[in-house]
Order: sequence, then structure tokens, then C-alpha cells
Amino acid sequence: MSTRMDSGEANGMWATLRRGVVHSPELKQGIVGTLLLALLSTGGQVVVPIAIQQTLDNGLGAPGGPDVAFTIRTGLLAAAAVLLTGVASYLMTTRLFRTGETGLATLRTKAFRHVHDLPLLTQNTESRGALVSRVTSDVDQVSQFLVFGGILFVVSVGQVLVATIVMAVYSWQLTLVVWLAFAPLFLSLRYFQQRLSAAYGVVRRQVGTMLSAISEPVVGAAVVRTYAVEDRTQQRIDEAIRRHQQASTRAQGFTAVSFSLGGLSGGLANAGVLVVGIQLGLAGDITAGEILAFAFIVTLFVGPVQMGTQILTDAQLAIAGWRRVIGILDTPADLVDPGEKGVTLPRGPIEVRFDHVTFAYPGGPPVLRDVDLVLAAGTRLAVVGETGSGKSTFAKLLTRLMDPAEGAVLLDGVDLRGVDQRSLRSSVVLVPQEGFLFDDTVGANIRYGRLGATDAEIVEAAEELGLDDWVHGLPRGLATRVGQRGEALSAGERQLVSLLRARLADPDLLVLDEATSAVDPELEVRIGRALERLLVDRTSVTIAHRLTTAENADEVLVVDAGRVVQRGPHADLLAEGGTYGALHASWVAQQAVS
Amino acid sequence: MTTDESLDPELAAGRDAARTVSMRDGFRVLGVGIRRQPGVFAIATFGGVLFGALTVADAWVLGWATQNALIPAMRDGEIGTGVLVAVVALFVGVALLRAVGIVARRLGAGIMQYRLQAAYRREVTRQYLALPMSWHARHPTGQLLSNANADVEAAWSPIAPLPMALGTIAMMVIAIAQMLTADLVMAAVGLLVFPAVIGVNLVYQRLTSPLITRAQQLRAEVSEIAHESFDGALVVKTLGREAEETERFGARARELRDTLVRAGRIRAAFDPALAALPNLGVMVVLVVGVSRVLSGATQPGDVVTVAYLLTVVSFPIRSLGWLLGEFPRSVVGYRRVHHVLDETARMPYGDATLATSSARGGARLDVERLAFSHATDQPLLRDLTFTVEPGRTVALVGATASGKSTLTDLVTRLVDPDDGRLLVDGVDLRDLDHGELSTAVSVVPQTAFLFDDTVRGNVTLGADVADEDVWAALRTAQADGFVAALPDGLDARLGERGTSLSGGQRQRIALARALVRRPRLLVLDDATSAVDPEVEGRILAGLREAEDGDGATLLVVAYRKATIALADEVLHLEGGRVVGRGTHAELLATSPSYSRLVNAYDSESDSDSEAAEPTGVTR
Repeated sequence: MSTRMDSGEANGMWATLRRGVVHSPELKQGIVGTLLLALLSTGGQVVVPIAIQQTLDNGLGAPGGPDVAFTIRTGLLAAAAVLLTGVASYLMTTRLFRTGETGLATLRTKAFRHVHDLPLLTQNTESRGALVSRVTSDVDQVSQFLVFGGILFVVSVGQVLVATIVMAVYSWQLTLVVWLAFAPLFLSLRYFQQRLSAAYGVVRRQVGTMLSAISEPVVGAAVVRTYAVEDRTQQRIDEAIRRHQQASTRAQGFTAVSFSLGGLSGGLANAGVLVVGIQLGLAGDITAGEILAFAFIVTLFVGPVQMGTQILTDAQLAIAGWRRVIGILDTPADLVDPGEKGVTLPRGPIEVRFDHVTFAYPGGPPVLRDVDLVLAAGTRLAVVGETGSGKSTFAKLLTRLMDPAEGAVLLDGVDLRGVDQRSLRSSVVLVPQEGFLFDDTVGANIRYGRLGATDAEIVEAAEELGLDDWVHGLPRGLATRVGQRGEALSAGERQLVSLLRARLADPDLLVLDEATSAVDPELEVRIGRALERLLVDRTSVTIAHRLTTAENADEVLVVDAGRVVQRGPHADLLAEGGTYGALHASWVAQQAVS
Repeated sequence: MTTDESLDPELAAGRDAARTVSMRDGFRVLGVGIRRQPGVFAIATFGGVLFGALTVADAWVLGWATQNALIPAMRDGEIGTGVLVAVVALFVGVALLRAVGIVARRLGAGIMQYRLQAAYRREVTRQYLALPMSWHARHPTGQLLSNANADVEAAWSPIAPLPMALGTIAMMVIAIAQMLTADLVMAAVGLLVFPAVIGVNLVYQRLTSPLITRAQQLRAEVSEIAHESFDGALVVKTLGREAEETERFGARARELRDTLVRAGRIRAAFDPALAALPNLGVMVVLVVGVSRVLSGATQPGDVVTVAYLLTVVSFPIRSLGWLLGEFPRSVVGYRRVHHVLDETARMPYGDATLATSSARGGARLDVERLAFSHATDQPLLRDLTFTVEPGRTVALVGATASGKSTLTDLVTRLVDPDDGRLLVDGVDLRDLDHGELSTAVSVVPQTAFLFDDTVRGNVTLGADVADEDVWAALRTAQADGFVAALPDGLDARLGERGTSLSGGQRQRIALARALVRRPRLLVLDDATSAVDPEVEGRILAGLREAEDGDGATLLVVAYRKATIALADEVLHLEGGRVVGRGTHAELLATSPSYSRLVNAYDSESDSDSEAAEPTGVTR
């Protein structure tokens, strides 16, 4: 298991495009029709220049003097072609927009979902900003390229091909000259693209650092103020901004130089056409009029080539963005949901079994070793142990936030890996120490536990947990807004919201991981009693460093350095002494002070 | 989750930023950019104009070569090497100069754009650091981050196509002049193309501008949802709400898609029209030209010149459209950024100083008739008065939501009271100079915030502190053990918000950060809640020791009796006011509600019966 997210950087351009189409199958929809329309609209775009050239040759320079009728005829034909081209181009563009944007919306949503499906550990190793940018600005970059550069690129390539054919009709020798003049540009393209790709890679990383630096005065506003470290924070931000600016300017330098090559090649082509053309003319292979007409057609070649190379440059950015989005999707969500095929847990108290479970974080020593136990349905279990003993890992394995490295966790005899996630999440609920609150009302946040719960049901749940006074005491009751991440509430109040959430979720197995650590003792004890009543006919696992919880539980599990060292009712363990005896002694010592 | 917009002034401000964008607004933003970077702008414009002029010069070189090389060669059946060299030199020379123009234009535009971005980002973040906490509390994190990033970028997006557009204008002027010299009638017909192209462009901008503005707004919303949802990833996972979250995100993403597709359809209609106009113009010019040649009014060469010029100019003319197309995005971004930059709210500071830091020993804290409430909400604190003598330890004890954390915010002056005052060593906090309070007072909050920095950086916050002092602080905070076990020790990076550490470890780093400054008043706001009792016991022992040495004043918010036992005096808070004060023992003896609160665990252990009558929890 890797904790890092796939950066996608291993994928080349074509691999990226291929993977991109796999993830957004909409992009392929009607692609043949769109390409045909593209062909039609590019073909049409050459009609006008050819008509101009024809008019100059056969209308203006007709043997019997200028021919107005021919000119008008050609003009009308060209106008008809323009109209047709316009219609084809309209259809092509709308189709491209529709399929392109639909495909990207799918990709964006898929990637978003995948972030939620990623292992907890991977989610935690990535900065939030980096994750967000993968489903926002990275996709936007692809979108902007697809609708702006993508169309122009298709058209440009088409024009280059058509212009080459038309040029070859006039003179294959001169066509060769033009292509030779552009050869250095085409040959150096790859080199420049690689350098550019690397330069943009640096820009991208600097953006990440910059975003992280910018977030400090926002997220850490209170700390910055209480320690009056505004200057230092600003220095760090300024440095990150400066690095980003430097990297961007450098990348821009590359594009400027690579783009100027296109302009140079155009000049070389013109000079070559005239010089070689004159030689050919002297040899009697071509007329002066034909050379002039050819020079005219060369502009049809130069414009699109320059446009095309510029677009290829922009494409580097888009491809890089696309690559990163695909990188998310290519990062294994190692908690595979069996979905409908999985077992649906029956309602009612759950029996828990740890079958020789071992867990280690990647590259680290085992955090839990060979935990082997059965917890009868309806048991209230307390897990105690020192910080870092493996208590939280136990809870995370139990709720399948992680899968064990060895062994299996079974609920009602079913391996967790074989349980339908939907069923699992409705039967098993973990209340973490820091329950996240959304920037919404208290009511909406509690309702997150059971969507569609009415206010009356929420109030009822609050009464059951003895929290109705708290709810009524809120400035606007359930309509009180909690602010960003719930910061308008105190840490203790945020825990109350999390508990109410879990109450509404009505699980058969409830896992509380220090869920009331920030609540005052009196309230905590009261909640504990209320939970006791509610936990009848449910299985519960409570992790708490306040040992009152252990005293009231049916059984206590003592974890030390990743191993279960003691298990049994509080009284028995107390008699046994051991690790539990020591923990309890220290707890009593703390309480004894008065 | 739904957001009630009527309750949120910021969303109203967002709507304000989205009000219609006129072309003049776009030019005004460009003007600001030009005034701020005139030098680079001049270079970029020079490059653009050079490029434009030389593109037209190509037509002239072609004419010259036809006149002086091609026609004589065909006529005479031979050609001198000198002429050929001249042809090559002219073409290559023009191309070289044009390449210079391209580099100057693109690099100039890039430097200008990135300088403006950097300057604005510096200004925006300075604002974030200067604006008071009350302002921060009203603004979502996601929005502030996008103000400093995406909005700044959007604001200066038209800088990139600007020099090219200016070069195009130069090109147009030259082309028009040449056309006029060649043949007035043909030129007049050809010139009709320009107003037509500009007119069509204007209609196009008008039609798409609201859609593009809306799309930008939706992009911001998509980003805010993603930010919040990923922040709450654990809760989403544990409650199995992935599908609902995806739907919440997907709905906005689809709306964004629909908006972009609508804008695309308009573009699909206008793009071919814009491309066709110059082409049609050329055809009309040819018809007019051929008949004029027939009537002897003009020369065939002039027809070629005018037709060629129109063709050459027809493509870059669209770069004007690209410039105008960036305007709505730019103006909206600019407005959103200025919504931050124009804020003038400041936490006012006085110029008073505290006794020099050489004067060690505890600080004295006086709280006088303090009252505080959030906006229109009911009061969080009322008529609060107490004194903490230097070197003493006072515990604030109260039920959840009794106003303890609010008090710590006031003591560290994150907010100012509505009424009453706070004094440190007899000086009103509001009279103190900026940074002065932090030299004497350190707070360890309930939720620790760590910087994306090393352990050392997080503890010292850039102050010049010897390693042994850092280790000493870590030791007192019981953090030396796990820090020493980190691969790089003090130099180990902690990642954004310290996500690589557990909650208890983060709290201990935050505690060390406060201790290393040897504050004269240390405020602990339930700062060890995530630490297990044994470790907490050691921390408290360490603090007691350190306190005896320095004589620092200690204000602790606590529930645990071991912590409370540190206190010389206990203040019992209920509903935002002090309802009891005295030693722990005195309060236990005199206040039943206090004893219920702190002895909850004991009564729980002592009897299985309903020991205590529950009292209401009130704010």
C-alpha cells in the first residue's frame, strides 16, 4: 500500500490522452461525425484563398484581359463555400463543446468521488489545496484548452495538410523548399516541448507551495495574531510568491523563444521560394505568375503552423493538468467496495471478531500485532491504553477506514472487505475526536447523520442524550450557523453535534474514539448514562482516556504497544493489576486531588 | 447542504462582484495594470508593434522581390547573384526582426502579467494579516484562498493578449495606409471589413459576457464545495456520505458544464462569421478590382496588394476579440480582489509598551466588567470582573459553552470587548503597541494550528532560539520523545496543518511553542484535551516546576482535577459570568453546581444509582 497519490507524471502525452478518453468516454461520442465536420470546415477555409489565387490568375490575368464574369462566378462560389464552412464549423464546435465539457464534468465528478474513496492515509498525506486543485483548476485548464486550442489545433493541422497538397499541385520542388525551411522548427519542437513540460512542472509545484503559504494567514489567523508573527508569515508568503513568479517567467521565456522560431521559418520559406522559384523559372519549369501564386499559398501554410506550435505549447499545460486528474483516478482506492455483490449486514446487535489482525503503516513497524478476539453481540467494550498504543488503529480497522495488513475483521461472521459499503456505513458509525462540521446550521450538520430527519426528530435525539437544553440555549436553536469548520462553536459543542449525528444515524455498532474529550465532566457523565440506555441492543466500542468509561463498560480491552495485554470486566482487571492497574492508579491519582 | 444566502453577507458581496461588466470596466483594469508596470508594458508593446509592422512588411518585400528579381529574371532569362542575396537578406532580415518582436512581446507580456500577479498576491495576503479576526470569521477559507489565487490570476489575464492586440492595431493602421495609397475605391470596400469585424465582436462579447461571469462564479463554488468536502473527508467516510457529497459537487459541476456549453454555442456561431468576414471582403475587393482594371482605373499590381493586405490582416484581427473576451473574467476577478483590498477595518493599536522583558516574573491581569457578544446574538460574557496577581495560577472552570474560550480570545486580544476592559500590568490591551502583548502573553488554544514547516520553525516561529531551549520547551510539553524519534528531529517537516501528527502530538507542539517564549502570562485553553492522563500529568508537573522558576502567571481552562489542583484560585463560570470563586476546596464546599461539575467522575464511580440531578447546560 502506498500512501502517496499518483502524480500521473509517468504518463506520456499520448498515454495521458488515451487514459483521458477511458475516464471520460463521452469524449469519444460522435467523434467520427465531429472529425468529418472538422474536415469540411478546414477544407472550406482553403476555398477562399484558392478562389483568390484563381481570380488573380484567371480573372485578373486572363489572356484576353480581366474577366469580370469569371471573377463574380468564383466569388459567388467562394461565398457559398464560406457559408457551408460556417455551418460545418458551427456544428463541429457545438459538438466539441458538448462532448468535451460533458466528458470533463464526468472526469471532475469521478475524481472528486475518488478522493473520498482514497484511503484515509493518502487523504492525509496530500495537502487539501493540492487535492482541490486537481478537481478544479487542473480540469479547468483541460477545458480551456479543449474549447480554445483544441478546435484551432484540429483546424490548423487540417489547413497545413490542405495547403501542402495545394502547394504540391503547383510545384513539388517549391513545396519541398517550404517544408525544408520549417524542418528545424518541426525537429526542435520535441526538444522545446520537453523543456517546456519540465518548466511547467516547476511552475505547478511552486503553485502548490504558494497556495500552502497563502493559506497560513487565513487558516492560522489566530495563531499569527497571538504570536504577532505577521512579518515572518509575510516573508514566507513573499518568498513563495517570488519563486512562483520566477518559475512562470522562465517557462514564458521558453515559449517566447520556441514561438519566435516559427516566425523565422516563415521568412526562410519565403526567401527560398523566390530564389529557388527563379531558378526553376529560368529552367522553364514554372511561370512568374505561378511563383507569385505559390508565395500567396505559402501564407496559408505559415499561419496555421505558427498557430499550431503555439497551441502545442498550451497543450503542455492542459496535458499536465489532465495527467494530474487522471493521477487521482489511478491511485488505488484500496478499500474496494464490493457494492451490490457485497453482503448486507442484518440489523440488530453485531458480533465483532478480530482474526489475527496485524496492521502497520507503510514502511513502519506494526501498530497492531496479532489481535485475535471475539466480541459478543450487544457488548459494551471500552478500549484503554497509552497514547500511541494502537487504540485508534483498532477503531479504524473496526469501521473499515483501513484494511488490516494480515488477518481479517469480521462482523457477524462476514469479512468487512465483503460487506457492501452502504450497508456497512448505515450499521457501523465511528464518532471521531474531531468531528468535522460543514459551514451550515447546527440542524443541517446533525442531519448529516440521517438525511431527511425532521427538526422534531433532531430535538428528540437531543432529549435522549440530555442535550436539549444545549440546543435550546443556542442563539438561533437548530438554525444557528456553525461557521467555517464549525469554528463558531467550541470544541466541546462540535463534539455534541457529532454525537447527535451518530444518534440519528442509529447504528448497530457504535464506535466512539475520544468522542467527548472536550466536553465538561458533568455533561460527559450525563451523556455516558444516556448512551448506556441507548446502547441496549447495540454493540459499542468506546475509546476514552477518562477511565470512568472503562468502569461502566461490560468489558475492558487493554492495549499496550500494539498488543492486547488484558481483557475482562473492570473489577477483574483491577484485581489483576498489570498495565490496567497502572493506568487506573494514575487516573485515580489525578482524580484524588481535591 | 444548502446555504441560506440571506444570512450570509459575503454571498451578497459575491453577487455584487458579478454585476454586469462593461467594456469600459475591462479597459479600466488594463489601465491600472499599465500604470503599475509602464516599463515592461512599453517593451511588450514595442514587440507587438514591431511584429505587426513586419508582418505587413512581408507584403512589401514580396512586392520588391517581384519587381526587382522575379520579373527581370523571367524577362532577361538570367539573374545576378547580388539580387538573389538581397532577396534572401531582406526576407531573413525581416523574419529576424519579427522574431525579436515575438520574443519581446511574449516575454514582456509574461513578465508584466506575473509581476502584477505577484504584486497583487502580496497585497492581498498583507490584507489578510492586517484585517481583524472578526473579518476573518465572516469569510470562508475557500473564498479567501481563491481571492489570492484564481481571482488575481483572472484579473490580469488580459495582459497576455494585450501586446498582440496592440500590434494588430498597428498592423491595421499600416495596412489601411498602404491600401489607401494603392487604390482608394478598393481600399474603401476593403475597409468596410474592419468595422464589421469589430461590430460582430462587440455583439459577441455582449452575448457571452454574462455566461462567462456566471461560469467563473460557478468555478468558485465548485472549488469551495471541494475544499469543504475534502476537509471533512473523515466524517464523509465514517457516515458513508460519499454519494451525497458527490451529488452536491456534481450538481454544481453540471451547472458549470451547461453554462460553458451555452457560451460555446454562441462562440460556435460567431467564430466562423468572424473568420468569413475578411474572406468575403477580399472577394468583393477582387470583383471591384477586376472591373476597375478593366476600365483602366487601376493597375493589376494594386489589386494584388490590397487583396494580400486584407488576407494578412484578417487572421490577427481576431486577437482583438481574444483580448475583449478576457474582459469579463478579468473585471470580475479584479472586483473580487478589491473587495479584500478595499477593506479598511483594522485592529487599532496604541503605543504603550510593557515593562522590558528583562523584568521577569509574572504579569498581572485585570479583567474589569467585561461584556462580549457575537454581533446580535445573546451575550457570551457579561459583567465579568477578576484579577490574577503576578505569579498566581487561576483556573477557569465551567460547563461546555460557558464562555471560557471567548475569554481567552479576549485576553490575547483576538477580539475586543463590547464593554469593560482587560489590563496586563495595568495597561489596557487596546493601548498596547502591536506585538507588545505577544511578548508577555502566550496562549495554547484548544485546537492546535501548525504551520507547513519544520518542528523547529513551528516552535520558534522564526525567533532566534537556541536548540537546547527548543528541546527544553519540548521536554516540558512532553513532546521531546516523539520529536526525537522523527527522522530529522527538529528539522522534520510537519506538512500542511501538521497532518502527519496525532491530535495530542499537535497539542504538545503548540504547547512547546508557547513555553519557548517564556511568557509572563500563559493561557492554556483546555490545551491538553487530546493527551492521555499520564502524559498530561507529566506536562503539569513540568509546568509547575517551570512556573516555580519563572514565576509566570498562569490562566488555565480545565476540567481535570489534576489541572485545577495547580490553581491558587478557581473561577467558576456559568452562562458567561463568574458564579463562584475561591480555592478548589472552598468551591467544592460551598458550590453544589461546581462540585457536580468537577466531581462528575467520582460520583459516577462511587455509585451506580442516579447520583446527581442533572442541571441544564446553558450557554
